[in-house]
Amino acid sequence: MSYHLETAEHPETLRRVAIDPVSRVEGHGKVTILLDEQNRVHQVRLHIVEFRGFERFIRGRPYWEVPVMVQRLCGICPVSHHLAASKALDLIVGARRLTPTAEKIRRLMHYGQMLQSHALHFFHLCSPDLLFGFDSEVGRRNIVGVAGKYPETARKGVLLRKFGQEVIRVTAGKRVHGTGSVPGGVNKSLSIGERDALLAEIYHVIAWSREAVRMARELHEADPALYNSFGICRSHFMSLIGTDEQGHGALDFYHGSLRARDDAGGLLFDQVDYAGYDRYIEEEVKPWSYMKFPYFRSLGPANGWYKVGPLARVQNCDRIPTPFAEAERREFIDYAGGTPLHAPLAYHWARMIEMLHAAETIKDLLHDPDILGDALTTQGARQSEGVGVIEAPRGTLFHHYRVDDDDLVTLCNLIVSTTNNNQAMNEAVRHVARRYLHGREITEGLLNHIEVAIRAFDPCLSCATHALGRMPLSAELVDADGQVIHRLSSGG
Amino acid sequence: MTTGTFQPAEGGQAFTLDGRAVPFAAGQTIIQAALAAGAYIPHLCHHPEFKPHGSCKLCTVKVNGRQTAACTMQAQAGMDVESDTPELNDERRALVQMLFVEGNHFCPSCEKSGDCRLQATAYDLGMMSPHYDHFYPSRPLDASHPDVLLDFNRCILCSLCVRASREVDGKSVFGLSGRGIGAHLIVNSRSGRLADSDFSAADKAASVCPVGVILPKRRGFAVPIGERTYDAAPISERDVRGVS
Repeated sequence: MSYHLETAEHPETLRRVAIDPVSRVEGHGKVTILLDEQNRVHQVRLHIVEFRGFERFIRGRPYWEVPVMVQRLCGICPVSHHLAASKALDLIVGARRLTPTAEKIRRLMHYGQMLQSHALHFFHLCSPDLLFGFDSEVGRRNIVGVAGKYPETARKGVLLRKFGQEVIRVTAGKRVHGTGSVPGGVNKSLSIGERDALLAEIYHVIAWSREAVRMARELHEADPALYNSFGICRSHFMSLIGTDEQGHGALDFYHGSLRARDDAGGLLFDQVDYAGYDRYIEEEVKPWSYMKFPYFRSLGPANGWYKVGPLARVQNCDRIPTPFAEAERREFIDYAGGTPLHAPLAYHWARMIEMLHAAETIKDLLHDPDILGDALTTQGARQSEGVGVIEAPRGTLFHHYRVDDDDLVTLCNLIVSTTNNNQAMNEAVRHVARRYLHGREITEGLLNHIEVAIRAFDPCLSCATHALGRMPLSAELVDADGQVIHRLSSGG
Repeated sequence: MTTGTFQPAEGGQAFTLDGRAVPFAAGQTIIQAALAAGAYIPHLCHHPEFKPHGSCKLCTVKVNGRQTAACTMQAQAGMDVESDTPELNDERRALVQMLFVEGNHFCPSCEKSGDCRLQATAYDLGMMSPHYDHFYPSRPLDASHPDVLLDFNRCILCSLCVRASREVDGKSVFGLSGRGIGAHLIVNSRSGRLADSDFSAADKAASVCPVGVILPKRRGFAVPIGERTYDAAPISERDVRGVS
């Protein structure tokens, strides 16, 4: 299956511009653009060029090692992998229902993860683009620049992330790559001291999160022509939705069943047990990228691709079970006017609503005495297969394992959040290339438009760039003989 | 690296360790006397409950200017022993680095992390990187036993399991086979699998491994970060409290 601008008819006659690296996507990603002599765009591709191999080297390892090992996939949202793997392995050890303490500690860990990841993305990585402009002076387009002009905004962004990291530390043992979740439960609960230290901060965190939603919304509403159309790609949506146990139809990051809507908001499927995910989702492989292209099996690769993450979740659920975030969701839905928003820049607004929901949920959990309990694990009849799905900051994350009688993993299949958005990110990049690069001389600012579109999906891109105030971005014009005839680079 | 207070017994025999007097009883090795006196000498194959093996060489000290293993050399009155010196610690760090690259030691996902003597010793010696090229040997796991997993990737050939099984359990389940760089841990059963030996999870050999080779199944990361053996104090402090 090939899409418009995915594959040029005569690439040998075209010039190639490469953005390499765009920045990190769990490793390495690049964008290539093929242009003719008039700089008209003929092909645009977002490639993921690094091969990881986790699914292979997990095989043969003891299952209890997996939640700690697989979280090394990512340094930004390791908790998501830690918990998705744990959920799958809960089934292996027969723990179909965790103790209240275990489930709530895991939820606390996960909502802390959502809070810190969303804060990192919005404040550190994206606010420079949104506050200064996509083609503003590159030397200032970073978190240091934001701290200079908007010191309170930067400070609150840093403190929000710090709080989320602290929630992770007290539940997982470390801020990054902890060990708190184990098959069948957790290995620690909270002490009263740990709980009270978080409670002392949580009301500030909620207030700052509300301000962040307002900021994202005001940015969106200030320039609807840009925010509602930049990189737009209509597609289906998919996310976990709370089941009856969690509140049917409610936004739930930790557990639920699968729901998908079409681009107009109609239900494609609902209340699907994620253990049967492979009956609904298929992945297409393309020779130019190591990242697969998932699609809904019933619709095929041409029409079945979809978006995940905040924009999908906020528009897919029926309600958000915390009051401030629910009020913001209603405002968002009203703004959209009865049909889903598909513009990538709307992810930012939705993401901040989710951050607010995470903060409110953390508050509720901190007031729940179960988080101080000592019934940490449970188990039951041993099983040989388990699927764990969770809503990671970037979208729906699937972990699937089989374990043999000797306790060694024989199968590992992962569909990571970013993979679900692969086609959508490619389409967004093509839309931006057509609109902003077509027929123009390439500049750093125009290249950043490409990155802004990718970054809206938060695919673990650009951590090192904006966060460190540098943009290790380069673009080369290469002629048909492979000679570099023009090179632009910035930062790095 | 020297901790604790030395208290030579009145009228007893003593040697000097890094310039300080260390008392000893007849028959004690240098390392036994040093640890009893609160002085840490790095070691991996030494265990207070077993006879000396002298294979890891980490406890190498200088006695009157000549290098020897502190775990095999009997203490003698008047010895001048050097241990905590930059030269010896550099050599120990190199030995530990070689142990890391000879096996497959991935601390980030190893359940022994925080409880591992190799890792703790590396931290204590200030090892910042493996330095040498990794061998990446292929060492399949033995998960055949219902209660215990063998992960040979982490074996440092200390032979503690060999000695424990033979001397305490009376079974000789484990052995070292091959020589030099080809030396490796084996299971003494017809099939070579642990399940086909008379090994039991209650054996002394099941609990003596200083690294993550012999592990109880399904325990994994049950102990949280902060409560593991070396979270509270480094190995150089724990060992001189009589905990090995």
